[in-house]
Amino acid sequence: MAEVLVLVDHANGTVRKTTSELLTIARRLGEPSAVFVGDEFDAAKETLAKFGAEKVYRVENADVTDYLVAPQAELLAQLVEKTSAAAVLIPSNSAGKEIAARLAIKTDSGLITDAVDVQAGDGGGVATTQSVFAGSFSVKSTVTKGTPIVTVKPNSATPEEAAGAAADEAFEPTISEGAKGAKVTESKPKEATGRPELTEAAIVVSGGRGTGGDFSPVETFADSLGAAVGASRAAVDAGWYPHTSQVGQTGKQVSPQLYVACGISGAIQHRAGMQTSKTIIAINKDEEAPIFELVDFGVVGDLFKVLPQATEAVNASKG
Amino acid sequence: MNIVVCVKYVPDAQSDRTFNESDNTTDRVGVDGLLSELDEYAVEEALKLVEAGEGEVTVVTVGPDQAADALKKALQMGADKAVHVKDDAIHGSDAVATSLVLAEAIKKIGSPDLVITGMASTDGTMSVVPAMLAERLGLPQVTFASELSIDGSTVTIRRDGDAASETIVATLPALVSVTDQINEPRFPSFKGIMAAKKKPVEEWALADLGVDASQVGLEAAWSKVESFTKRPPREQGQIVTDDGDGGTKLAEFLYAQKFV
Repeated sequence: MAEVLVLVDHANGTVRKTTSELLTIARRLGEPSAVFVGDEFDAAKETLAKFGAEKVYRVENADVTDYLVAPQAELLAQLVEKTSAAAVLIPSNSAGKEIAARLAIKTDSGLITDAVDVQAGDGGGVATTQSVFAGSFSVKSTVTKGTPIVTVKPNSATPEEAAGAAADEAFEPTISEGAKGAKVTESKPKEATGRPELTEAAIVVSGGRGTGGDFSPVETFADSLGAAVGASRAAVDAGWYPHTSQVGQTGKQVSPQLYVACGISGAIQHRAGMQTSKTIIAINKDEEAPIFELVDFGVVGDLFKVLPQATEAVNASKG
Repeated sequence: MNIVVCVKYVPDAQSDRTFNESDNTTDRVGVDGLLSELDEYAVEEALKLVEAGEGEVTVVTVGPDQAADALKKALQMGADKAVHVKDDAIHGSDAVATSLVLAEAIKKIGSPDLVITGMASTDGTMSVVPAMLAERLGLPQVTFASELSIDGSTVTIRRDGDAASETIVATLPALVSVTDQINEPRFPSFKGIMAAKKKPVEEWALADLGVDASQVGLEAAWSKVESFTKRPPREQGQIVTDDGDGGTKLAEFLYAQKFV
């Protein structure tokens, strides 16, 4: 069976959930081979094996880890050639999409970004589903040239365990001088919030203009549910919450099991980022707010009264 | 410093965006369009850099007749000249082909010190054209800049990621994409609107760029939309008005749906 390359997303060897989702999808298309960049493979091996990686191409080359995007595209292009891969799956984050873009040009291959589902195509290849125009359309596509390169959004598959050998194979790519044009010279880690990653979380609670800048009831409620915290563009533009937490057209697109919009009117800009959530709840003082058109459950009321009461009830039920 | 800004004409997100039934491409004609909002930040950043020093800003777009509106807006903001690549053969092009046409247009404009783009278009939202352009032009790419400065022969940007805030340095010439956090785009002034009428807009066809029609368009696309389905509108669920027990009812809903 042909190999399907999966670029592993990890932080110091701790493999992100998106990677187990990608490995699960890869098994539908062929035999999953993980591509691991970094020197913490030992920490990652168990997870990669558990979700079915038969092989792991391990890349420890400093040129790849020090520079942005371009070297990773070069090494993947070399692996595509070496393995005659059936497809390449890459996490749909900003770096992932850029790596995929460069790889598509290098390998003369078709590219699909932000897939929410990937299946084996009827006549081989891949059949993907994307959600477009603020989630108002669902589009099915195929790749018609080269090696299908697909970036896949988080939560697009339920990770399924399947033992793989995770056979370790060191791979030494040749990185051109041209790929070293952009270098990270400083990196200041963000303070950890202890909350799940916004795009990967099963539950997201977001605050908007209605918070008046006080996110504490939103955060407390989120913590009672083990949820990530998001924000509308209005709240971010006002400087109340960091831009990396923005949900919407110009921020993150999330698709959790449950989305709770607190004091958010529901402009198209925001809807574009959350409309595909499975269940939607809104709390807003204005009963005319467009967000209520989307909800499974809505409360017309003051979030500063509703959220604390709901938090207390949720915490009590956990007893 | 000479800067090229790539801009895109997109269907207005406030309108009912849809596809053409005949060939599954985005409908750009039957829907009101405009300069992609995210490209205004790229135009603004280019203007600021040139105003602080010298050089000129050229805006370039690939698109149908209506795309001239996007160029006009950029010229009204203060860009010096514009290039409109239009050719019937381009219709239906994917990001791969679009990046090819843009790359050839940028080469014909001359070798800029900096190519600036927005972080994404507001219609396709793929965010891949900047990286593809960089690959084709052989330029280093620094994307998602929320701050940008030029120092001699290098460009330094700050990028706010999920895990860290990074400083990235690249040698010029380079390609930079900017986010909506980098600046506040100006509104065209009356003077700007009048001046824009006299600014040069060049129209180039594929032949002017040495691009063969077989390399672009729907037939040449390396990926293909097989079908599109309008998502059924969400059915409005239960709405309650808080009479002192809204939070409790919310918690009951969460419990009934097994979220708690």
